[in-house]
Amino acid sequence: MLTEKEIFDILSEIPDPEIPVITIKDLGILQRVEVTGNTCEIFITPTYSGCPAMKMIEDQIQEALAPYQITTIKVNLIYSPAWTTDWISDEAKEKLRIYGIAPPEHSSLDKGALTGKAKELKCPLCNSKNTEMISQFGSTACKALYRCKDCKEPFDYFKCI
Amino acid sequence: MTKQEALFNYCLRLGDNSLILGHRLSEWSSKAPIIEEDLALTNMALDLIGRSVALLKYAAEAEGKGHSEDDLAYRRPERKFYNNLLVEQPNGDFAVTIVRQFFNSTFEFLLYEELTKSKDATIAGIAAKTIKEIKYHLRHATDWMLRLGDGTPESHLRVQNALNDLWMFSDELFEMNEVDEILIKEGIAVDLTTLKTNWEKRINEVILEATLIVPTSTFMQTGSRQGIHSEYLGYIIAEMQYLQRAYPDAKW
Ligand SMILES: [Zn+2]
Repeated sequence: MLTEKEIFDILSEIPDPEIPVITIKDLGILQRVEVTGNTCEIFITPTYSGCPAMKMIEDQIQEALAPYQITTIKVNLIYSPAWTTDWISDEAKEKLRIYGIAPPEHSSLDKGALTGKAKELKCPLCNSKNTEMISQFGSTACKALYRCKDCKEPFDYFKCI
Repeated sequence: MTKQEALFNYCLRLGDNSLILGHRLSEWSSKAPIIEEDLALTNMALDLIGRSVALLKYAAEAEGKGHSEDDLAYRRPERKFYNNLLVEQPNGDFAVTIVRQFFNSTFEFLLYEELTKSKDATIAGIAAKTIKEIKYHLRHATDWMLRLGDGTPESHLRVQNALNDLWMFSDELFEMNEVDEILIKEGIAVDLTTLKTNWEKRINEVILEATLIVPTSTFMQTGSRQGIHSEYLGYIIAEMQYLQRAYPDAKW
């Protein structure tokens, strides 16, 4: 039987289904692993309540552990503590930027979500700060849609929660 | 009524509100006025349906009969649904959807902020997760209230009509029964009467800023706490439950 750390390391390699340049560990979706006897419990947390990738992630976890003869693998979805963009590492943020998604600017409780002030964001393609928000809601629950007024390209912003 | 029965009913109410509004918003998929709104409304539907999964799962646990969240969503008859009448109202034109969102998101913002302090750890955990999403929903609805109200004569007229038409469903949001009484004593539920003044204040501010008129009618609809609904819920359920009723346990 593998140790908790070995299992965690294996699962740390699993790419996020929607943003495959970063892993489920980079994103903070993979929370912890608990091994009791021949049973392995994995705790994952969704970025957004309705994140449709969770089922896919669960399947990927089962698949990644299939070769290791673990009798029972249980994947548990937990909501607390609530996921926050603060858990995304700086390294992962850089990977997001290179991938063309503007990473979350500073931390969680985005007061702008209520007051209506849009953030000044750098275009991930040309680095211009001359950008504007098109919509708070983008291609997936975790992203907002922006456009760059210099290079004219639209881009996704990983919004802070 | 035992505490456990009250908890079951309370979680059904919270879960049904999310599920039914999520279903309603998903009806905008592919036919919103602009593509950004298509994404926004369906993203919010996703948040709501995700929240209902968590709440109905917990309701099933409280019920203790071995049901799953899917059983509760797809096998329960209309009279056993406890969502507010407001959320089952048809989408109407875009203004109706926005006013419904505006009333409901303002209410949810106040409700779930209080629920983060619930003595029930599961409810508090779900609330802490969902409040972050509700802030985005509330901002979306508020932005559109201002834009439509202070927009063209046509958009102003439509949003004022929607306000007048949906007003009669606003009082019910704050209605309480034995379920609330039992759970307020336990520190689990929120005393809804304490939210009302704040709700009215927030609503009034936005309505006035949007150059609209706050409705004054005192005629109010009620019924959902007893499982009595408007004619619309039955149709939603017929559509939502069709597959599981016709092909029980169907999977794909
Ligand atoms: Zn650019």
